[in-house]
Amino acid sequence: MTKAITPPVPAPAAPEKQKFRLARYQDLALVPVIILLLVIGAVLSPIFLTPANLIAVLTQQSELSLLVLGQAMILIVGKMDLSLESTVGLAPALAVALIIPASAGGLDVGLAAWLALPLCILIGVAIGGLNGFLILKVGLSGFMVTLGMLTMLRGLQLAITEGKSLIDVPESFLYLGSTTWLGLPAAVWICIVCYAAGIFVLKYLRAGRSLYAIGGNSEAARAAGIRVDRVVWTVLIIGSVLAVIAGILMTGRLGSVAATQGEGMIFQVFAAAVIGGISLNGGKGTLFGALSGVLMLGLVEQILRLQGVSGFYIKASYGAVIILALIVTRFATGQKQE
Amino acid sequence: MSEFAAVARGVTKRFGQTLALDDVGIEVRAGESHALVGRNGAGKSTLVSVLTGMQVPDAGEVSFFGEPAPPVADRSAWRRHVACVYQKSTVVPDLSVAENLFINRQDLGGGLINWKRLRLQAAELLETYDVAVRPDALVSTLTVEQRQLVEIARALSIGSRFVILDEPTAQLDGPAIERLFDRMRSLQDKGVTFLFISHHLQEVYEVCQTVTVYRDARHVVTAPVAEMSKPDLIEAMTGEAGGLNVPSGDDRPSSAEEVLTVSSLSGDHFSDISLAATRGEVIGLAGSASSGKHEFAETVYGLRKPSAGSISVDGAAVRGGDVPAALRAGIGCVPRDRHHQGLVLDLSIAENATMSTAGGFVWPSAQRAAGSTAIASYDVKAAGPDQPVSDLSGGNQQKVVMARALAGDPSVLVLINPTAGVDVKSKESLLGVVDAQARRGKAAIVVSDELDDLRVCDRVLVLFHGRVVREFGRGWRDQELISAIEGME
Ligand SMILES: Nc1ncnc2c1ncn2[C@@H]1O[C@H](COP(=O)(O)OP(=O)(O)OP(=O)(O)O)[C@@H](O)[C@H]1O
Ligand SMILES: [Mg+2]
Repeated sequence: MTKAITPPVPAPAAPEKQKFRLARYQDLALVPVIILLLVIGAVLSPIFLTPANLIAVLTQQSELSLLVLGQAMILIVGKMDLSLESTVGLAPALAVALIIPASAGGLDVGLAAWLALPLCILIGVAIGGLNGFLILKVGLSGFMVTLGMLTMLRGLQLAITEGKSLIDVPESFLYLGSTTWLGLPAAVWICIVCYAAGIFVLKYLRAGRSLYAIGGNSEAARAAGIRVDRVVWTVLIIGSVLAVIAGILMTGRLGSVAATQGEGMIFQVFAAAVIGGISLNGGKGTLFGALSGVLMLGLVEQILRLQGVSGFYIKASYGAVIILALIVTRFATGQKQE
Repeated sequence: MSEFAAVARGVTKRFGQTLALDDVGIEVRAGESHALVGRNGAGKSTLVSVLTGMQVPDAGEVSFFGEPAPPVADRSAWRRHVACVYQKSTVVPDLSVAENLFINRQDLGGGLINWKRLRLQAAELLETYDVAVRPDALVSTLTVEQRQLVEIARALSIGSRFVILDEPTAQLDGPAIERLFDRMRSLQDKGVTFLFISHHLQEVYEVCQTVTVYRDARHVVTAPVAEMSKPDLIEAMTGEAGGLNVPSGDDRPSSAEEVLTVSSLSGDHFSDISLAATRGEVIGLAGSASSGKHEFAETVYGLRKPSAGSISVDGAAVRGGDVPAALRAGIGCVPRDRHHQGLVLDLSIAENATMSTAGGFVWPSAQRAAGSTAIASYDVKAAGPDQPVSDLSGGNQQKVVMARALAGDPSVLVLINPTAGVDVKSKESLLGVVDAQARRGKAAIVVSDELDDLRVCDRVLVLFHGRVVREFGRGWRDQELISAIEGME
């Protein structure tokens, strides 16, 4: 809903019109907030508006943004996946462990190093597929299944690595995590491409629109000929794969797979999605909105950091800021959050 | 090519202990409009879900134009064979009208979605049904009637040669029904076959050639419409001889004591309406969908805030826009849309029936007892008080809403389309309940277009564009009232 067209039917009553206008720009509701944050940042710190700082913000948020992208689609389709944060750690850890020798903390399987990337993706597909199987075919509660997976996958990573970081990371990971293309880090490019594709698919393809139909009224979607289970399953798999990509980028950027890689991210993921206007009840919100949510959180975090908030307080202030951000968006968009 | 557009044979479907269809069949001849009638819970909608591949029968087979039905998973194949307006709303509220109309074919065959073209096509389609909404409005902002028309327009525009309409007219007013029938007739001329379900038997005579009657999950009779008189039809549906006997309330005693006083009330879509109801009086409110009658009734019950005027019960003022206050004052209500405002579908019959009367503590045994009483007194076809309302057939859900409205023994009843989707026999008993309540000294406002509902009223007010334009005492003639409703005078 972007361009205005002349109404070909009799003009409706005024209130309806107004309501509609508001709804049309809901998507952009966070843009003024983001601009405001940029201004605040610039006032508080002279280096805030430098390209280096802004690129740093984008890079820091790139991994989170991929998780949010996946989660947003899963939420729109009316489900949720808590296990994404463990996938971020397990997939690279497992792939790396299958490649490196036992002396470096691996499993001594000795697969070829070029297999690292495909292997990771495959692990993501398997995790998303398993979640989908348990939720859709066995009929278990999505919340509980993915909460269980969250714990299990993290535990699996600890078991494989014996709680240690894996530092012998394949070249391909390091390359993706550190190189820049045309002045922007590869990670940022990857996010841009993923979001552009997601926004396009969810707006211009029938398959993408079916996410909204399913989340809004799945019986109606079924009646309209949509293969509900298949779409939900696909979305769950895509979500896991995006989490894996986030994990690869994180591994490459840090040069190792920590046993706690991704831990605690799920809170930020949900916060960014809800701030961005995604409904936890499904069927509502856009990926552009979700992206604005991510950027908003990133700017706030950077402002706090540049202000030199002490490490002991940063977590508390971060939590408080998220709640504050929820309040701000609640009033900026004029919509109740679900 | 077979002479039958759709054939079902030996279909049996069981839900837990409920046998919804018991070895039934139907043969819908290509090119005809075939009516399917039966009492609430007879299994009509269950047959529809089997015929559209939404549910797999326990036994039996379905074929379209001689071809066996596709496997259930192949949704697009089903959609090529049959289009359907389900009894339960199947629009997605948070999507635009245009997208709902073309759901799962938004690309109009092009691969990519062209939103502008989609909106234009939607606008064209809406125009044929005279629905005055913008194609880019969200469906959640539409009225019940507009939503229903969107569903109908969608089903008829898919281009299937076999179309099922499950109670499409229950939520529509007179002119909209006429437009639907015109559309059906012209499609039928082009060779489209219809299976049409309705509790308004006169509609069966108006648009259908053949009628099939189901009773208690079984097939009773299939015959040309011309050979079935209305009493025959009712006898086939109920299994008892004898026509219909809607209470008219002619001999109801009247009283001078006012219960409900509404003075110069204004609000959404209506203005300056005054009305006084005395004990034992039943007042009908008629008018087209845009007349403001629903909004007026909803304001009286506190679902909407009035912009001016006052409401009082037994002389005490009732706070506007406050449902609990209205309940405390003794106003009970059957809201317009049972799915939206009437029921919590996942909760049990007992819970729904006692929802507005439950005190601080809910004793399960008392609740179950109240549920059982409701089932018995409103003739609900259900497995028991613990059954979730979502399992009930549409008409039986409506009866639960009625039970809830009356649960607190209110002194004023506001009933909006109280018999929507209710079968002829149950309609008689529900209207009998209204009559009995009036005889006990209650006052009632019945908002409806159905002449049968209005016959129980002592007087009928006709609204047009938010104002009362005519008032009829008892003994109005049908034609007179209909033209007043349509604003033709
Ligand atoms: N999902 C379900 N679970 C349990 N029982 C069901 C379910 N769906 C339908 N039933 C039962 O099956 C029977 C037939 O229901 P159906 O909806 O087909 O009736 P109907 O003829 O369409 O009635 P109405 O005229 O009221 O719409 C009813 O007794 C109903 O309670
Ligand atoms: Mg039905």
